Amino acid sequence: MAGLAAAFGSGAMTNSINEFDDADLFFIIGSNTTAQHPLIGSRIINAVERGSKLILFDPREIPLAQFATLHLRQNFGTDVALLNGIMNIIIQEDLHDRLYVEGRTEGFEELKKLVGRYTPKVVEQITGIRSSELYRAAVMYAQADKAMIIYAMGITQHVTGTDNVKTLANLAMLTGHVGRPSTGVNPLRGQNNVQGACDMGGLPGVFTGYQRVGDPAAVKKFEDAWSVSGLNTKGGLTITGMMEAAHKGTLKAMYIMGENPLVSDPDITHVEQALSNLDFLVVQDIFLSDTAALADVVLPAASFAEKEGTYSNTERRVQLARAAVPPPGQARSDWEIIAGLCSRLGLAADYRGPADIMKEINALTPSYGGITYSRLSAGHGLQWPCPNVDHPGTVFLHREQFTKGKGSFLPCEFKPAAETPDDEYDFTLTTGRIYFQYHTGTMTRRIDLLEREAPEPLVEINPEDAKKLGIRSNDLVELESRRGSIQLKAEVTPRVPKRVLFTTFHFREAPVNRLTNSAFDPVAEIPELKGCSVKIRRCS
Amino acid sequence: MARIPTICPFCGCGCSFYLVVHDGQVTGVEPSPDNPVNKGMLCAKGWNSYEFVHSPDRLKVPLIRKNGELVEGTWDEALDLVCSRLIGIRDSSGPDALGFLCSAKVSNEENYLFMKLARVVFKTNNVDHCARL
Repeated sequence: MAGLAAAFGSGAMTNSINEFDDADLFFIIGSNTTAQHPLIGSRIINAVERGSKLILFDPREIPLAQFATLHLRQNFGTDVALLNGIMNIIIQEDLHDRLYVEGRTEGFEELKKLVGRYTPKVVEQITGIRSSELYRAAVMYAQADKAMIIYAMGITQHVTGTDNVKTLANLAMLTGHVGRPSTGVNPLRGQNNVQGACDMGGLPGVFTGYQRVGDPAAVKKFEDAWSVSGLNTKGGLTITGMMEAAHKGTLKAMYIMGENPLVSDPDITHVEQALSNLDFLVVQDIFLSDTAALADVVLPAASFAEKEGTYSNTERRVQLARAAVPPPGQARSDWEIIAGLCSRLGLAADYRGPADIMKEINALTPSYGGITYSRLSAGHGLQWPCPNVDHPGTVFLHREQFTKGKGSFLPCEFKPAAETPDDEYDFTLTTGRIYFQYHTGTMTRRIDLLEREAPEPLVEINPEDAKKLGIRSNDLVELESRRGSIQLKAEVTPRVPKRVLFTTFHFREAPVNRLTNSAFDPVAEIPELKGCSVKIRRCS
Repeated sequence: MARIPTICPFCGCGCSFYLVVHDGQVTGVEPSPDNPVNKGMLCAKGWNSYEFVHSPDRLKVPLIRKNGELVEGTWDEALDLVCSRLIGIRDSSGPDALGFLCSAKVSNEENYLFMKLARVVFKTNNVDHCARL
């Protein structure tokens, strides 16, 4: 998000889900779309079956590979080199959109100079992609009329995550592939309201609508609206920073609502120590998650089926959900719990329901200004920016100019991953998701059908590596990194390249985040969950 | 039988469907045919998303740690304790000794209210969620 915001002025998906139907070409990198965003994955497959092209970049043979016009399996963590190489070919072959570059962007000369060093030969050495294939990808993308870049955490969960995103934005601007229908840069957001949590100021540096906590005008506006003075104007800590501060003892209490960092976060031995170090931990959740089990107070919350409220999906569409049944026992909606705390602490919170809270959001958030409950209940949601009640919402962003005016080319050099294999830890372990489970499994592992289809963790290993190590499918193996070890069964499959292992973080009985590295991107503070070095052995 | 519109609780697609309710129990889902996102379709997770709602494992009562064990308490007891401990730590160690994790799983209104609580009452910007994970 930080990378796209720096390049375009907005960190969100530029297009809409309906626009996938009309794209001529999909450029997918770091997204296992059919597993993680199934309904978007099926749009892509349907479009390809009608004749759209698909260029897929993924070291693994993910399900979309069988539909790809071109599947390139780059070496782990080499995306910046790969994309710079593609841009170099586009400029060399004069396939870039000169009018667009001149009229709508700035910084082209610096980009040209930097990517000029990424010749096909250099790129082949770093990425393992043959120059003929790189050429094919570059020409196909540059010459497509309506081309959509699609990415997810395979791009962002690296120490170079922000650089990866900036480099994708560079490629799209170079070819004029942003700001038209079915043409743009599309980060797919992983959770049903991760877009909304960001939009609502659930981030250390911003209030709602990305209004900065250090901007005096924004601070004055929120202080007036909230009848408060002396709001903190320094940016706060990210989740990564909070865990570090708890470890050091400077952060002493945490209030965690609906999150399970003890399974989801990197290097969970470190997280466990950090949370145990706190003087006070409150967890609000629907189940007693591993994180909740450590808490001093656990507050029982209502699930999605038991409350009213709005959720913002990956295409910036705000949609309204209604309560179907009452919460179990004494559980309460999260908003009621927070309002109860606000009242006790002298902050007026006499909301009759979520609709009243939305009115406050409308008044304080320009992009949500026209997103009211009466409009939402009459239709199928509204896509921000939607500044007033007469505005129809925005299908795609950056139509005539970028949100920030001119788009900025932000050229980046290739940097290797934080941890690369050596003689002892000789495999790269990459983590991801599978179709039948979700995140830390607190919900999906309680659903019989999903549990029947994917009941246990498996680690994928290439047949040649498996043969050398005497590992067969379903053998119990131990994975060990510098931070910890886990045991799980092996699945021998050519889906993974040699020297690469793959597993998921859905299964608490083999918590892969015991192994992962908490090294993070310096700008976004996203940890490098997509790769760490491990060794593997068959358990006797 | 009632059909109540909702949004799928899993990924960021934001598929819309109706929860089918019989006698106060959610018994199934019906995807929304005219929603532009999913157009009447759902994935295996979406079709089965209602199942965890009535799980016997659901938390039903506030829990408070006493002598090392989590034991059942009342809402008043739990909320009073949360307030007094968080205020006490803010007063003794400063606002930035507190951290607030909101959620990619709860509604916009709930996230808004949560960050408002952190920023107004506790004067801290240590507010984040799992967007990075």
